[in-house]
Amino acid sequence: MMKNRFIWVALLLAALVVLLPHSAPLFTYAFPQLERPVYTQEPFAWLLWQHVLLVGVSSLFSVVVGSAIGVWVTRPSGGDFKPLLDSVLAMSQAFPPVAVLALAVPVVGFGELPALLALGLYGLLPVVQGTVNGLQGVPAAQRQAALSLGLTPRQCLRYIDLPLALPVWLSGVRTSVIINIGTAAIASTVGAKTLGSPIIIGLSGFNTAYVLQGAMLVALLAVTVDMAFEKLAQHVAWQH
Amino acid sequence: MPEDKRRNPVLASLSVLVMAALYGLPFLQIAPNRLVSGQPLYFSSIIPGPAWMLLVVLVALAAAAMFKPCAAWLGSALAVAAVSMPSLLWLAANQASVSLQGELSIARVSFGSAFWVVLVLLGFIVSSALQQLRATQLQAAAVCAALLLALGGLLASGACQDLSLMKEYVNRADDFAQTVARHVQIVLLALACTLAIGLPLGWAAHTHAKAGRALLPMLNIIQTIPSIALFGLLMAPLALLAASVPALGRAGISGVGLAPAVIALTLYGLLPVVRGTLAGLQQVPSAMVQAARALGLTDVQTLVHVELPLALPVLLGGIRTAAVSCVGLAAVTALIGAGGLGSILFEGLFANAQDVVLLGVLPIIALGVLVDALFNMLMGLARRRVRPS
Repeated sequence: MMKNRFIWVALLLAALVVLLPHSAPLFTYAFPQLERPVYTQEPFAWLLWQHVLLVGVSSLFSVVVGSAIGVWVTRPSGGDFKPLLDSVLAMSQAFPPVAVLALAVPVVGFGELPALLALGLYGLLPVVQGTVNGLQGVPAAQRQAALSLGLTPRQCLRYIDLPLALPVWLSGVRTSVIINIGTAAIASTVGAKTLGSPIIIGLSGFNTAYVLQGAMLVALLAVTVDMAFEKLAQHVAWQH
Repeated sequence: MPEDKRRNPVLASLSVLVMAALYGLPFLQIAPNRLVSGQPLYFSSIIPGPAWMLLVVLVALAAAAMFKPCAAWLGSALAVAAVSMPSLLWLAANQASVSLQGELSIARVSFGSAFWVVLVLLGFIVSSALQQLRATQLQAAAVCAALLLALGGLLASGACQDLSLMKEYVNRADDFAQTVARHVQIVLLALACTLAIGLPLGWAAHTHAKAGRALLPMLNIIQTIPSIALFGLLMAPLALLAASVPALGRAGISGVGLAPAVIALTLYGLLPVVRGTLAGLQQVPSAMVQAARALGLTDVQTLVHVELPLALPVLLGGIRTAAVSCVGLAAVTALIGAGGLGSILFEGLFANAQDVVLLGVLPIIALGVLVDALFNMLMGLARRRVRPS
C-alpha cells in the first residue's frame, strides 16, 4: 500500500511536469479572462530541477554540518556547549524560515546565494536536534557493554551510537528537507528561480492559473519527497 | 569524580568571538540614501585608542570564570555582558547622530554585521552564565525582562531616531500598530479555528483508535505541503465559491485576503494540536479513569474533571507548537494580500531596503518569543496543578 502510494505520487508529479505545458485549453476553459493561461517563462521541468538542486545542495550542507555539531556536543569535549545549544534550538523556533530568508538578502544580495545560505542555515536546526536526540536515546547499558568489551570511544560511536541513533537522525533530516522545499518556494521572492516563481509571478500579476500550476507542483514535490523518506524510515526500522 | 575539575570553556570562547567580530566585521553602514549599499564603519574607528581595554575586561572575567567558576566571577561576566547589550545600541545610535551631522536627511545609518553578531553572542554569554550559576527560571526571566526593557526603552526614548530602522518606523508610525494588530488578528483567528476543530478531533482519535490511525497520516500530508503552495491551492476554489455564492463574497470570503490565510493556518495547526491532545489523553493513567468511573462519574465528567486536567501539560505543548509556527507562517500570508507584518517584510524585500525588512522581521520574532514564553508559563502552571509540590 505504502509502496504503491509513493510510486503513484511520483508518477503524478512527472505527468504534471510533462503535461502542464500542453494544458492551455484546460486553463483557458477554467480561467477564460486570462490572456496567458500557462506559465511559459521557463519550462516546468527546468524549474523543478532548479528547485531540487537548491534543496539538495543546501540540505547536503545542513546534514553534514548539523550531524557534526550534534555528535560534537554529545561527546565529552563539546558537552559544555550543550546547554547553550539547547537554548539556541529553543529560541530558533520563534524564527520563521521566511525571516531567515529576508535577513540573508542584505548579507549576500539577491539571487540563488541568499536562498542557499538561508536554507542551509535553517535546515541545520532539525538535523542537530535529530542527531542529539538520537544519540541521547541510545541506552547507556549498550554503550557500557561495548566499552567493557574493549571498544574505544571512537569505535563505540561508529558501531553502537550511530547505528542506534539512525532512525531519530533520519526523522530530523526529513523535517529539514521538507522545510527546505517550502522555503525554496518562497525563495523566488529573493530572485532564485524555483517552482515558487510561477506562484509569485501569478500572485503579483493576478494570474490564478500560474499560482495553481506552481502550487500543484510544489505540493506534489514535497509530498513525494516526504513519502520517499517514509519508505526509507520503514526500511531502517525494519533493519533494526 | 574528575568532572568537578574540568574547565568550562563556553564563556571564554564566546568572549573571544565577541572581540573578533567587533574588530573584524563592520559595526555600522553609512549610505547616502536607503537604496544604495553603504560604506562600512568599523568599531575601531568609532572608538579609537584603548577601547579594546573594555573588551579585555570581558575576556578576563570569562577566563577567570573558566578557571574558578565561582558566583563572583560568573556574576561579573554576566553583568558586564548584560550592560554591554544596551550600551552597544546606545553607541550605534550615538554614532548615527554624529555621522549624519551635515549630511542630507535621506542619508542612512544601518546596523552592520558586527552589531548583530555581537548582540547575539552577548545574549549567549548572558544565557550561559545564568545556566552555570544555576539560576532559577524566575531569575532568568527577570534578567531577560530587564534586558528587553533596557533595549526597548532605548528605542522608544528617541535616542535612536537617527538610525535607519527608526526612520523607517517613523515613516509608517501611523499604521504600524494596525499592521501588528492585523498580524495578531490573523494568528488569533487561525488559532481559535484550530482549537475548535483540533481538540474534538484529538479526543475522537483517542476514543476511536482506528479513526486516529487514519487521521494522523492525512494531517501529516497537509503539514508537508509548503505554506505558499497551500495558499495557492486554496485560492482558486475559494474564488470560485465566492463567485457562485455571492452572499459568501459579501461576507468577505474570497480567493485572496483573510479567508485563505486563516483556512491554511488552521490546517497547519491541526497536526500539533491533534497530536498533543492524543498524546496528552493517552498518558493519563488508566487507573485514574477507572477510579473516576467507579466513583460514578459520567463520561463527560471523567473527561472534564480527570482526563483533561491530567492531559493539560502535554496538550498545551501541542498548542504552543501550533501557535509559535502560526506567528511565523502568518508572515507568508502577506503574499496573498492578508496583510500583517509580512507585508512590511516583503515590501522591504522587493524594494531591497534592509531596514524595512528588519522592521517587519523583528516584531514577528518578538511575537514568537512572547507566545513561546506565555505557553511555557501556562505549562508550568498546569504541571504544578497536576503534581502539587
